[in-house]
Amino acid sequence: MNQSIKVLSNLVKSSNTSRSLINAGSRRSVLFKTLNTNNTVRNFSTKQSKIDKDDEKTFDYTDKLVVQKLETYIPCYTIMNQDGIVSKPEQDPNFSQEVVTKMYKTMVLLNTMDSILYDVQRQGRISFYMTSFGEEAIHIGSASALDMGDTIFAQYRETGVFLWRGFTVDDIVNQCCTNDLDDGKGRQMPMHFGSKKINLQTISSPLTTQLPQAVGSSYAQKLAGEKNCTIVYFGEGAASEGDFHAAMNFAATLSTPTIFFCRNNKWAISTPSKEQYKGDGIAGRGPNGYGIRTIRVDGNDIWAVHNVTKLARKIAVEEQVPVLIEAMTYRVGHHSTSDDSSRYRTVEEINYWKETKNPINRLKNYMVRKNWWTEDQEKAIVAESRQLVRESLMKAEKRKKPALSEIFNDVYSELTPNLIEQQKELEEHLKLYPDEYPIDQYAK
Amino acid sequence: MLSRNSSNFIGSLIARSFHSSSATRSAPSAPINYPSLKIENAGELQKMNLFQAINNAMDIALKTDPKSVIFGEDVGFGGVFRCTVDLRDKYGANRVFNTPLCEQGIAGFGIGLAAQGATAIAEIQFADYIFPAFDQIVNEAAKYRYRSGNQFNCGSLTFRSPYGAVGHGGHYHSQSPESYFGQTPGLKVVIPSTPIEAKGLLLASIREPNPVIFFEPKLMYRSAVEEVPVGDYEIPLGKARIVREGKDITIVGWGAQMRVLLQACQMAEEKLGISCELIDLRTIQPWDVDCVVNSVKKTGRLVVSHEAPKTGGWAAEIASTIQERCFLHLEAPIQRICGYDTPFPLIFEKFYLPDHLKNFEAIKKTIAY
Repeated sequence: MNQSIKVLSNLVKSSNTSRSLINAGSRRSVLFKTLNTNNTVRNFSTKQSKIDKDDEKTFDYTDKLVVQKLETYIPCYTIMNQDGIVSKPEQDPNFSQEVVTKMYKTMVLLNTMDSILYDVQRQGRISFYMTSFGEEAIHIGSASALDMGDTIFAQYRETGVFLWRGFTVDDIVNQCCTNDLDDGKGRQMPMHFGSKKINLQTISSPLTTQLPQAVGSSYAQKLAGEKNCTIVYFGEGAASEGDFHAAMNFAATLSTPTIFFCRNNKWAISTPSKEQYKGDGIAGRGPNGYGIRTIRVDGNDIWAVHNVTKLARKIAVEEQVPVLIEAMTYRVGHHSTSDDSSRYRTVEEINYWKETKNPINRLKNYMVRKNWWTEDQEKAIVAESRQLVRESLMKAEKRKKPALSEIFNDVYSELTPNLIEQQKELEEHLKLYPDEYPIDQYAK
Repeated sequence: MLSRNSSNFIGSLIARSFHSSSATRSAPSAPINYPSLKIENAGELQKMNLFQAINNAMDIALKTDPKSVIFGEDVGFGGVFRCTVDLRDKYGANRVFNTPLCEQGIAGFGIGLAAQGATAIAEIQFADYIFPAFDQIVNEAAKYRYRSGNQFNCGSLTFRSPYGAVGHGGHYHSQSPESYFGQTPGLKVVIPSTPIEAKGLLLASIREPNPVIFFEPKLMYRSAVEEVPVGDYEIPLGKARIVREGKDITIVGWGAQMRVLLQACQMAEEKLGISCELIDLRTIQPWDVDCVVNSVKKTGRLVVSHEAPKTGGWAAEIASTIQERCFLHLEAPIQRICGYDTPFPLIFEKFYLPDHLKNFEAIKKTIAY
């Protein structure tokens, strides 16, 4: 009681005099006092006087009235042509036959899996799918330059990255079939992978939200003194979102070990990149726009992508600063199974990219030149991949869906009272209509 | 977001009108004694206002958790409301730092920090400016654990933001956006009403394994003063506080509205002999249904009051829930005394707000029904 009386008096005191007390501490009233008492004018800052003249160091003043316009474009780094010839042999990463074969096989597996699962969606056996046709070199080239301790934030068209890091066809198919082995517990649409074991933060549909998150993630890595970085993948369409601007600016000013990896495949669903931006692509925004070190790379050249990502990782981890990579490529497939891209682009355009810039053929030609690959091996690996995906699909389709209790779990770390109640409501309801819902398709 | 006028804004905070002369005419003769919450084994006490209590809570959070960081617009020099004063000097610019002026960036950055295992305490300068971060908060933070099947979460993320009327805040320095977030599964929403509770609830929010939005009543930053324990203590989320026991009618509110409601309760008692039970909800989501249900079963009557507009406000959620659970106990329709369904108007603030007189009238009508 004594205490509350004391508090009472405090409150009364502060309320009666609140206006004057508060104003006494404000800048406005200090200014008022200063003027009235005719004291020498003083700076209200407690900081020592220092004039920031940094701009004089960073740019020149001129008396020429010139409007700046875009004149120089960032060049695109490429070292291996369509025939598999490396123009600068010293820049060939020179992986062993074993590693290169694994890379190639992963690209073929991705391609084969995409073809099958695309058709499977068309048959209505999974609800949705997105292929990676044409972007295989980006996936394997970049993933092979990373460390497993590097955290990945992805958009949704990076399946090859996950395969390279040890995600299996089973993992992919289980998620697409939303069965009880899906680590995401069947809650998200197909292609929204997430995996603790390969350090992949779960994918979500809202575009570009993962960019500022990746900056936060890499800040945490820096704070913890880790020798790792965070890489974040996104398309050129996603780069138009506000979150792109937020992330680039935060990463630069807070100096975080983040690799921004843009897949510029020229199309955001039906919107061509010329309707997406007027500047020098995404790379053009990096150096002058945000003060971020930037590289543009031929996304269909696996060695160029690998070299660029490896260098970016070195800069990010050693210097603790962000790097922007823009990989130029082409989305050969439809945007998704819900899209028919022939309504907004020509077959000639698609075929041009398939024939003259094909990333898989480029690596195949490289291997053939080294006598590492034959047509027989090609046939065998395609057949093997088809078999693997088909078997995986057969197994996944037979499994139950996750248990119905998973509707309510993980909203919070614990079940809140209303969730416990709503779960009971559903259970009671299902007892009334056991035959109206596909209960037996779900795990217990 | 050009017109925040932050520094001058603090200086010109004006205590709410119930201290003004016109209000005093119909106010009870005794000054308002807002009862302090007793913290068991509290140890040493120190007089603190609300912003000092918040600062003290964050000081403890940074001291006890080396993975914790504080960031936002202007938090480095101490914050436009002084909540982060001295913390950068004490814990270093790596842990207490300014961000670029971009709310969606602050929110996304905080989510990433938390997902990577750090404790993220993000400040949004005014609740009115939280909307650019709405996508990150609603689509990302709230769903992070659920959508990953509990492989990942951003539970160590807390958003702090000043909310509510302040006398002259106009459209964009006055809003109470709690019900926008209360409707989002995955988020917890907390609003304290006194310095002691602000400290205990903020520490609990920071350590809570779920993302929390913590709205601070900026009107109370300087005007509410209590003897606050200087030690480390938490007040559990999801539990309402019965500020004053009564038997005739239940009154529910939160944040700065609690003092308005206490005044209305005292008026009702002095003028009409009505015994009001006053409940501070404290946590908006998940809210303490049992506490309100038990009270209404006892009193048979309910008034819910908040500054936010009436339509779609959190009072609607409370009223419908109580109607479902206490139908046979209700002696009168549940009353909602809220802001009007208009943007928050500058010069009409005194008329706009659900003040003690509007609440007093609602109590009177509910009793007379």
